Amino acid sequence: MKLTLRVWRQKNADADGTMSTYEVDGISPDMSFLEMLDVLNEQLILGGEDPVAFDHDCREGICGACSLVINGDAHGPERTTTCQLHMRSFKDGDTIDIEPWRAAAFPVVKDLVVDRSAFDRIIQAGGYITAPTGSAPEAHATPVPKPDADFAFEHAECIGCGACVAACPNGAAMLFTSAKINHLNVLPQGAPERETRVLDMVAQMDAEGFGGCTLTGECATACPKGIPLMSITSMNKEWLRATRKVAKR
Amino acid sequence: MTSYLDYTTGEPVADTKAPAGPINERWDKRRFEAKLVNPANRRKQTVIVVGTGLAGGSAGATLAEQGYHVVQFCYQDSPRRAHSIAAQGGINAAKNYRNDGDSIHRLFYDTVKGGDFRSRESNVHRLAQISVEIIDQCVAQGVPFAREYGGLLDTRSFGGVQVSRTFYARGQTGQQLLLGAYQALSRQIAAGNIEMHPRTEMLDLIVVDGRARGIVARDLITGQIDTYYADAVVLASGGYGNVFYLSTNAMNSNATAVWRAHRRGAYFANPCFTQIHPTCIPRTGDHQSKLTLMSESLRNDGRIWVPKAKGDTRPPNQIPEDERDYYLERIYPSFGNLVPRDIASRAAKNVCDEGRGVGPGGQGVYLDFADAIQRMGRRKVEEKYGNLFDMYERITAENPYEVPMRIYPAVHYTMGGLWVDYDLQTTIPGLFAVGEANFSDHGANRLGASALMQGLADGYFVLPATINDYLARHPHQEPVTDDHPVVQEVLAETGDRLNLLLSVDGDRTPDSFHRELGELMWEFCGMARTETGLRKALERIPQIREEFWRRIKVPGTGEELNQSLEKANRIVDYLELAELMCLDALHRSESCGGHFREESQTPDGEAARRDDEFGYAAAWEFTGTGEAPTLHKEDLVFEYVHPTQRSYA
Repeated sequence: MKLTLRVWRQKNADADGTMSTYEVDGISPDMSFLEMLDVLNEQLILGGEDPVAFDHDCREGICGACSLVINGDAHGPERTTTCQLHMRSFKDGDTIDIEPWRAAAFPVVKDLVVDRSAFDRIIQAGGYITAPTGSAPEAHATPVPKPDADFAFEHAECIGCGACVAACPNGAAMLFTSAKINHLNVLPQGAPERETRVLDMVAQMDAEGFGGCTLTGECATACPKGIPLMSITSMNKEWLRATRKVAKR
Repeated sequence: MTSYLDYTTGEPVADTKAPAGPINERWDKRRFEAKLVNPANRRKQTVIVVGTGLAGGSAGATLAEQGYHVVQFCYQDSPRRAHSIAAQGGINAAKNYRNDGDSIHRLFYDTVKGGDFRSRESNVHRLAQISVEIIDQCVAQGVPFAREYGGLLDTRSFGGVQVSRTFYARGQTGQQLLLGAYQALSRQIAAGNIEMHPRTEMLDLIVVDGRARGIVARDLITGQIDTYYADAVVLASGGYGNVFYLSTNAMNSNATAVWRAHRRGAYFANPCFTQIHPTCIPRTGDHQSKLTLMSESLRNDGRIWVPKAKGDTRPPNQIPEDERDYYLERIYPSFGNLVPRDIASRAAKNVCDEGRGVGPGGQGVYLDFADAIQRMGRRKVEEKYGNLFDMYERITAENPYEVPMRIYPAVHYTMGGLWVDYDLQTTIPGLFAVGEANFSDHGANRLGASALMQGLADGYFVLPATINDYLARHPHQEPVTDDHPVVQEVLAETGDRLNLLLSVDGDRTPDSFHRELGELMWEFCGMARTETGLRKALERIPQIREEFWRRIKVPGTGEELNQSLEKANRIVDYLELAELMCLDALHRSESCGGHFREESQTPDGEAARRDDEFGYAAAWEFTGTGEAPTLHKEDLVFEYVHPTQRSYA
């Protein structure tokens, strides 16, 4: 396949960026999207140009590093991560726009690389269960009903890629934040910190400059792990419950 | 400049930290004998941890909980992304919840046997003991393991064992365990006990007065090279499988931290012990950048076969039952499709070498679920393996519910690594290595679901106990500053190396060299190794290295985010490590575990171990750039599990 790529190039966080156009040829449908970018970069290096910087690591859809907006969609046309998107989703002669995540809370570092450290700070605000090593009771001491365990797992699948934020017209991080809150709050082990967790994480999310939620639903559509939109509803319920409970104290 | 073949044999090396006495009492005894640091004094001591995978994340969090000041590094943009996250299958623990005859001793026995009698009994027994605590710890953290309807934890059996001791979280066990460690780490970062440096890569080790005192690291965004000092340094930087270019490792997983530590005096043990995983998705062409593993839990229900006839190109569903060779079930009737990884991989290579492989280039075998779907129903199969099937379909565009999967072995894990004693301390005092970065527990072959167990055992339980002993013995170390001559020298070497890479301005990209080295290693130091092949590789590697420094092209500068520079610098280290791997493979003229020497096999083609000559761990000492290394042997003594020829027939 022969393709025209229009790629966002930006030297560093302070520089202005621009879309640059490149041609690539000999692209096989079995290549992953990132392997196609590898081809472009090999070509650029040999031509004496700077290769396009992009985040990637595991290339099997689980580390959450890769993060491209492809033709306007976070992670491109299929519901998966960019590294698991294959060129068979495109056809010969296509023009493909490639941009970084766009969100106020994710500043561009270089080219297609953005700074997602705001996510880490949201987790640091309460996205954990306090269980210092060595203090744990026997694992079977507390059974967890299977539906609760399954609910926790469904939300724990979040890979922290940030597609939800990139897809949201408001740049909101509700889906990311709610996934972790729901994972931990449904478990008996997470109960002692149930209220502080939701209040502190939501406060941190707001402090990071993520936008507000208008329930557009783009986040859940873009999520490569299928975190459901109802996750946000559950978080809001948790937040209201915690607010009332804390106010009563 | 001497040839690597002129290596010398030095004094033996011995583990002096494991106490004598009954094996089940050794860990308790060591913990009691190890000195402690007064809680009030811990905050005055700094520990550097490199890496945030299962071993590094759990170590950093636990050391910080104990009160030490931790300075931690990862090259990724967040500590949540280390490649432990990609482990699918599960984590072993001798809980015996199934009442199926499991015990700590059996897990110990299985691991020593599975490692083909090339691991240290004391370490492996400790690992089995700690395994049960790991599950408790992870459940307390909220790791959503699979559960039964009664609310209790579910387990399954996993490659190479006959009990169900593997705990799992669908096909994402590594992810869930890693996020547990990451969350514990996050709590300590928020509490100010850990100073976290993401997007920062260790480039060298600072050794002052014979002790590890810090590291040199590069900020990958600004390119700034800085020094960081501590009372002890912990390397949790993972394995070196990316020497092969194509592997199941993450693209940026690399050997720089361990190799630079080796160059500064840490012995490197058993570098040739690499694991080739039998169930990976075959490559599709030259563009391939990495290989994807399918959890070997698939072998619990999938049946592996190839056509009986050579060059049979019929679609799988048109090949009648009696023209199929379910070769693992045929050769190993009692373990069948569940034989250990090394055996399954080699068997796949053999049938493909015979010309019976399937798919493009004949480099694949079928993993067929037709019988399982008929037996359990499609829904049950979907529940168990749904996400793996989806992943396979996404990559290959074939539906494994209808067409058998095609699989082929790929480099997956490295059992070798920095030599450590029972305390996980390397031969450089104050330098510790945990997880895949060390060599300690898996011998010549790792059993499935044991990597997660070892990473977490090292990080949560072993290191936090043993590092106390070192820190208690060295409470007031002289502060090191940048003007120290050793630091000046390390900084200058690092700067020179990067500047040279940037200034060659040749005509070949970093990837082209990495690919060339990888192909060479796969051919001569891969699934089956021969003296002729290894000698050829040892001749070729220095030539590639020479060409690399003449023709490498790295665009851009060192003062910015420069991914080509990062790659090229990692390849510099692969080009040296590869040579040591081949030398180790050449010197070990026996076959054991993942290391199969064609010259050493039984009449029926199985690996022939030679315990009298090779019943040791090979620890290599670096003697200078371009100089032949020195071999130090650690004799392995088996008091509890008597070495036998592994038999899975």
